[in-house]
Amino acid sequence: MNEETRGVTPSGIRKIILEQSYRAHVGHIGSALSVADILSVLYGGVLKTGGDRADRDRFALSKGHAALALYAALHLRGDISRAQLDSFCGEGSKLGVHPESCLPGVDFSTGSLGHGLSMAAGAALAARLQGSSRRVFALLSDGECNEGSIWEAAMFAAHRRLSGLTAIVDLNGQQAFGYTRDVMDMTPMADRWRAFGWEAHETDGHDAVALRRLLSAAPAADGRPRAVIARTVFGKGVPFMENKIKWHYWPMSEDEFRQAMAAVGGAQ
Amino acid sequence: MRGAFVKTLIELAAGDRRVLLLTGDIGYMALEPFAERFPDRFFNVGVAEQNMLGIATGLAEAGFVPFVYSIATFVSLRPYEFIRNGPVLHSLPVRVVGVGGGFEYGHNGITHHAVEDVAVMRAHPGMTVVSPADHEQARAALLATWNVPGPVYYRLGKDDRTVVPGLNGRFEAGRVQSLGGGKDLLILAMGSVAKEAAAAAETLRGKGVACTAAVAASVHPAPAGDLAALAGGFRHVMTVEAHYVNGGLGSMTAEVIAERGLPCRLTRCGVSLPPDGVSGSQGYLHRLHGIDRDSLVATGLRVVRGGA
Repeated sequence: MNEETRGVTPSGIRKIILEQSYRAHVGHIGSALSVADILSVLYGGVLKTGGDRADRDRFALSKGHAALALYAALHLRGDISRAQLDSFCGEGSKLGVHPESCLPGVDFSTGSLGHGLSMAAGAALAARLQGSSRRVFALLSDGECNEGSIWEAAMFAAHRRLSGLTAIVDLNGQQAFGYTRDVMDMTPMADRWRAFGWEAHETDGHDAVALRRLLSAAPAADGRPRAVIARTVFGKGVPFMENKIKWHYWPMSEDEFRQAMAAVGGAQ
Repeated sequence: MRGAFVKTLIELAAGDRRVLLLTGDIGYMALEPFAERFPDRFFNVGVAEQNMLGIATGLAEAGFVPFVYSIATFVSLRPYEFIRNGPVLHSLPVRVVGVGGGFEYGHNGITHHAVEDVAVMRAHPGMTVVSPADHEQARAALLATWNVPGPVYYRLGKDDRTVVPGLNGRFEAGRVQSLGGGKDLLILAMGSVAKEAAAAAETLRGKGVACTAAVAASVHPAPAGDLAALAGGFRHVMTVEAHYVNGGLGSMTAEVIAERGLPCRLTRCGVSLPPDGVSGSQGYLHRLHGIDRDSLVATGLRVVRGGA
């Protein structure tokens, strides 16, 4: 971790998620909180995002509804200004609920689930064709894996041995209407990826050391793309939100905001 | 057009390393010349059209010009949202190539009849839509548009022999190609059914109707200036397309006529019946929907002589 990336802390990301969602009065808080540690690791040194466009890594936030967590990471890295961050969900803003590639630092526009991994597979194929060692990461939600297109992309990436591609599945166990095990049970998630020809690893999605080790490991020598199944807690860091379906869409009241900020260590 | 497309694409690929070809497992006995010449730039992605569009978007973001190929219905409708949120939203040069526009896969049934592809593609301001009338024009259209910014939808036919008399392979983006004739009636056609329109115009001229046929292959953005200049000289305009009458060439022409305030009456010839499970040859389906030469002659006579 260098000077530039040191500030991309999980608590910094969580604090911004809460501040901005409270200010803009929008939801998707729980989904953003569950990936704060993953984005902290990605933007805290794993992703090569600076320098020449040809050699920088690509990232697709396939679960686009967690864009606020991405904006927080980009802000903490210094890629977007405080003023830009404060435009979140404003009129004419480039920072909407879902990320748009017109915002510097966002490679792919997402928001419709099941799209990001296909684009990431194309980006990984492009890197190979161009002889570049740049890598491609896609962050998926577990509910998103209901989409058939995810598995189209999975079989393609395995067939083409796109080892430069890593899919991170945010296994927070929730989707819009309830727990994934009740809506559409995807267990055993890691075995599903393995069956599609991927190298799959399960980890605690809030363990920065484990995440960093998996995400910065060299691509598989046998060409398999890599799936990191990150077990996370929906709403992680804010006890009254954790594993509560309500926080998929619900915005915070003033009281809830104060409690939440105190929980993540932000003074209010 | 399919053969002309592949032959021309090979020439383009030989001159520009950015050109790639992806197929959704369609084009057996058609795409092999490209695959053999450029094995590292040809990707059969399997029967997975959504993923094919997603992959192409990722490739285009990195600087490639990927052509994605399948039957017109499969490449336009199944991955439609991936087209919208991919190359359209990102303004990337993905080329969506649909073979068999209209009823070219006649006996295969409605699942294979592309009768709304132009409508859905034309809805996007950032999309270029090209529907050539014959293989010579397909080649010219590909050469003229393959490197334009943003995405392109090519609606191709399978016929590599028939030519539309008088077209002589002309194509210019944003223009309409007139085949000449008199001032009683303008018949404007899109796609391979243009040969029926041209034949009908010839017959109508024999029956004393001064009839001009024209081809609109550059469908979107609408060739508004050219079309207005041409149609402005006529009291009667007929559009001919192997496509629903709503959303395609007929709608585009209606928009131009209305927005320019042109003093002409429009008759749209195309598909206006809902699908009912009936299939047949392309010729049969053209007759069924009134877009074969004989039906067009009858419609032309009715339009010009009143009572239509």
